[in-house]
Amino acid sequence: MTAALSVQDLHVAIGRGATSANVLRGISLEVQPGEVRGLVGESGAGKSMLGRAVLGLLPANATIAAGSISFEGRDLVAMPEPERRSLFGRRIALIPQDPMTSLNPVKRVGAQVSILLRHHLGLSRRDALARAAELLAEVAIREPGRVLGLYPHEISGGMRQRVLIAMAFACDPTLVIADEPTTALDVTVQRQVLQLVERLRQRHGAAILFVTHDLGVVAKICRTMTVLHAGCVLEEGETADVLAKPLHPYTRALLAATPRADRPAEALRPVPPALIDSLWAEAHRLDRLSAMAPS
Amino acid sequence: MVDLALDSPVGRPSRWIAGLKRGGPRLWVGGALVGTLMLVALLAPLIAPHNPIEQDLMSAQLPPAWSAGGEPAFWFGTDSLGRCVLSRLIYSARTAVAVALIAASLAAAIGIAFGLIAGSFGGWVDQATSRLIDVWMAFPPVLLSIVLAAVIGAGLTSVIAAIVVVDWTRFARVVRAETMVQLQRDYAAAARVIGLSRGAILRLEILPNLIPLVVTLLAVEMGIAILVEVILSFVGISVTGDTPTWGGMIAEGRQIVYQAPWIMALPIGCIISSVIGFNLLGDGLRTVLDPVQRR
Repeated sequence: MTAALSVQDLHVAIGRGATSANVLRGISLEVQPGEVRGLVGESGAGKSMLGRAVLGLLPANATIAAGSISFEGRDLVAMPEPERRSLFGRRIALIPQDPMTSLNPVKRVGAQVSILLRHHLGLSRRDALARAAELLAEVAIREPGRVLGLYPHEISGGMRQRVLIAMAFACDPTLVIADEPTTALDVTVQRQVLQLVERLRQRHGAAILFVTHDLGVVAKICRTMTVLHAGCVLEEGETADVLAKPLHPYTRALLAATPRADRPAEALRPVPPALIDSLWAEAHRLDRLSAMAPS
Repeated sequence: MVDLALDSPVGRPSRWIAGLKRGGPRLWVGGALVGTLMLVALLAPLIAPHNPIEQDLMSAQLPPAWSAGGEPAFWFGTDSLGRCVLSRLIYSARTAVAVALIAASLAAAIGIAFGLIAGSFGGWVDQATSRLIDVWMAFPPVLLSIVLAAVIGAGLTSVIAAIVVVDWTRFARVVRAETMVQLQRDYAAAARVIGLSRGAILRLEILPNLIPLVVTLLAVEMGIAILVEVILSFVGISVTGDTPTWGGMIAEGRQIVYQAPWIMALPIGCIISSVIGFNLLGDGLRTVLDPVQRR
C-alpha cells in the first residue's frame, strides 16, 4: 500500500550560506491512508515547519536542502506548479492553526467555502452554495444558510474553526494536515472540535497528520505518533505503546511534564535542562557532520 | 456527540447603516459637498440661468446682485465680456467633474495593476517597479503636463493624460505595500493551500481587502485631479475655446481683480470647497470601509 504521505530524510534550512540555520535535520515519516498520526514536540522542534514544507508554504528564505516529500508516491517537491495546485485543497487539505485570521475578513463565509467547491469540483455558483450549506450542517452549525451570508468577524472562533474544518474535508481529501487546530481555542471548544475532526475523518476516510504540542490531544485521537525535537525524529510508534513505554528519555520527560487529572500537580516535572542541552549538542553535531560531507 | 451545535450568531440589523453612522460628520459634510458638485455638473443646463458663453458687452463687469449696481438677473454678476459668472461657474463644474472621475479612475486602474504585480511577485520585478516609481515621482508633475500638452496638444485629453501619467504612482506605491502585507496574512496562505493560482488569489482574496484603501485614495485623487485641471487651465493648456473652466475664470479675473474681485474669488471658492469635500469624503469612507474598524 502506498503511503498517503511519505517524507524521506528531509532537511530544511533557513537562510543561505554561512548564516543559514537548519530547522529540519533529516526527518523521515510516513502516514498510511486513513492513519491519524500525531506530530508532537516543543516550540521550535520543527513540527509546524514540516507541515508547511508538505503544503509548499515554507517562508521565502527557507529552502529544502535535501530529501523528498511524496504524496501517494508522487514527489511533491519536484511536481510542476499546476499539478500541485490541483492536489491542494482537493486531495491534500489544511486545518489551519488560527481560525481568527485564516478566513478572509472581507468575504462572506459562503463565498469562501463555495470558491473552493467551484475551483475543484467545477460546481456552479448556486450548486456550490447549496453544497456549502450541507458542509456547514455536517460540522454542526445551526442555520447554515444564514451563516453563509455572514462575515467571519460576525461568528465566534469555534464556529470559524468549524467552517475551516468543513472546507478542509469539502473535497474528500486523502490527507489532512491539522496544524495545531485547537491551540487558539478554549478548552471546552477544543473538545468539540476534536470530536468533529474525528467524526469527519471516519466519514471521509482521510489520513491526518496532527501537529500539536498537546500530548493529551494525541492520546485522544491519534493512533500513531512521532516525537520531534530540534528537527530530528526522536521516537515514533503506536500512541498507546509510546505513551505507556516511552523509549527515549525526552519522551519520558515530556510525559512527566504533562499535567494529568489522575496525578497530583506536585508530580509534574519540567523537562531537565541538561537533557535539552544534550539534544541540541547532538543536533549541532549533525549539522557539522553534514556541513563537512561533500554535497 | 450530543450537543455539538452552537447557538447561531446574532446578526445586526444592517451593517451598512451602522457603517454610515460611524463615518461621522466628515463623511456627511464631504458627501454633501461632493454630491452637490456632482449634481451641479450633471444638471448644468437645467440650473444655469444663462448661456455661459453668451456675451453682452453692454452689461460687462456687473457686480453681484446683492451689491450696489447689481442686476437681479445676474446673481454673481458678469465678467469683463458680460457673461454670467454663475452660469460659467456651473458649467465649469462639468469639466472639473469629468476630469476628476476619468483621470482618477484611470490612474487608479494603472496604479493598482502595477502595485499588485510588484507586491505579489517581489524580487527583481518589485525592484524594477519601485525604482521606476521613485524616478517617476522625481519629475515635477506640472512640467510633465506642459510637455505632454505640447506633444499631444492642449485639450481635455491631454489634461487627463497628464494626471494619469503623473499620479498612477500614488496608487502603485500604496497598493504594492498593502499587497505585501495582505499576502503575509494567514488567509492568503490558506488560499494557496486550497490550490488557487497567484492570479486568482490576487483577484479574489487580496483585491477585496484593498478596496477601503483604494476608495479612500480615489477620493483624495479626485480632489488632486481637480486642482491639476485648474492649474493647467489657468496656464491655458486645458480645454480650449469657449468651454468655461475654473482655472480659466481665475486667469481672466486676475487681470481685473481690483475692479471686479468677485470674478476671481468665486471660482477659487468653488475649488476650495470641492477639494475639501473630496478629502473629507475620503477620510469618512476610510472609517466606514476599514475592516478593522468594522468589527
